[in-house]
Amino acid sequence: MKQQYIKNVVSLDLNVEKCIGCGRCREVCPHHVFKMENRKALIQNRDGCMECGACARNCPAEAITVRAGVGCAAAIVMGKLRGSAPYCGDSDEPNKQCCG
Amino acid sequence: MTDSNKVQAKPCCGTPNIDDSQGCTCTPSTVTANQSAPWIIGSTNTSVGVIPQINTQLTFQDRLGSWKSRWDIGRMDYKVTPGLYAVGKPDGASPVLVSANYKMSFDKLRQELSGPNLWILVLDTKGVNVWCAAGKGTFGTQELIQRIAQVKLAELVTHRRLVLPQLGAPGIAAHEVLKTTGFKIIYGPVRASDIPEYLAAGMNATEAMREVRFGLMDRLVLTPVELVAAFKPALIILGLLVFINIILHGSLTVYQFLGRTLLDFLPFCGAIFAGAVLVPLFLPLIPGRALAAKGWLFGLFWAGIYLKFIAPTGNGWHIATYLLLLPPVVSFLAMNFTGSTTYTSLSGVVKEMKVAIPAQIIAVGLGILLLMGQWFA
Repeated sequence: MKQQYIKNVVSLDLNVEKCIGCGRCREVCPHHVFKMENRKALIQNRDGCMECGACARNCPAEAITVRAGVGCAAAIVMGKLRGSAPYCGDSDEPNKQCCG
Repeated sequence: MTDSNKVQAKPCCGTPNIDDSQGCTCTPSTVTANQSAPWIIGSTNTSVGVIPQINTQLTFQDRLGSWKSRWDIGRMDYKVTPGLYAVGKPDGASPVLVSANYKMSFDKLRQELSGPNLWILVLDTKGVNVWCAAGKGTFGTQELIQRIAQVKLAELVTHRRLVLPQLGAPGIAAHEVLKTTGFKIIYGPVRASDIPEYLAAGMNATEAMREVRFGLMDRLVLTPVELVAAFKPALIILGLLVFINIILHGSLTVYQFLGRTLLDFLPFCGAIFAGAVLVPLFLPLIPGRALAAKGWLFGLFWAGIYLKFIAPTGNGWHIATYLLLLPPVVSFLAMNFTGSTTYTSLSGVVKEMKVAIPAQIIAVGLGILLLMGQWFA
């Protein structure tokens, strides 16, 4: 059974004007949000989007925007407490990074 | 390594040695690193050095390690040394697969690879799995570009293709990697288990291979970590019950006091089990979309079972108290499961938390007031 999450909340946006029809977004999306039609990408399943950001990151034409982040309650609470973006763990602690 | 070497370490030179207590060091990582690992069964001589050859069969040790990680034992430090590895007897024309350095991810990949000859390029994701690391950016464009250069991949292979797990895509801008390194990124299947079929089909992923799922088994393996994570909330509830019982029943003997507190704790243990294990398992069957709402519903269901069959009472105070206290506990744990699902979006989780957290706080507050009130009334 395919799980469905809350409707009409997703921040995904596709600028069809900019789209060059390469199909990368359709390739990387794990939830079949995009389809290709007439050499352009189209959003066919907006509510399926989990805002992972794979499409936007891999769009060479920068036609896709999405507020990417982890859909994780604990990370959002941690982020709020630290006054930062949603944060899920200490392995990306900046002051521990090498020679940074 | 001497101290002077540490000081001279150049800005971002690859593999950071994070455990170093004396501050920042860069271990000049070599492709022959980790030669002593039990899953290394040989080595291959190449133009860029000796490359360790890995076992494609998992041993008892590997399975035990995975099991421990599932129970959150040493999960944050279960790593493979980043760099190049050989599977079988690869040559310059063999495909290159890219992976994360979380040992469980690495194991899931290599156990699927008995047969083909290929290279595995392990990125330094700080011991985090591909998808989470891609979200954090450690399975990222920069790390990939640096690692390609560091292992001299362009010298090792004659082709210019890299196969990445599809779930690594949130961290990797394929077009930037191509521009900087000349390597073309091909996104492989979501699941490592589809790789043999994917390779056999000439690196063509079917629609099904491209889709992430969240089936019963996927959810089941996550429940131990949820249970371990629920330990802290459980202790807080137990502490509150002890506190309340001290106020209400200060005159009881120690044994009576302990017995009463444990009995009071029982419905909450049930709620925690429901939130950490049963809600994840029955997730698609529970009505509603927000996980906090699913949890609340399941909490009401558990409260009903408890009040009807386990501790039946005609006392309206008692019933109201548990109907207020148990559902928010299940709801809270269910809400936290959003971090483990494969389909919840940041915007959606923010939206459900805006309603759920105030509701949970109000219900628990009212429940505690009722609990206190029925004894003072």
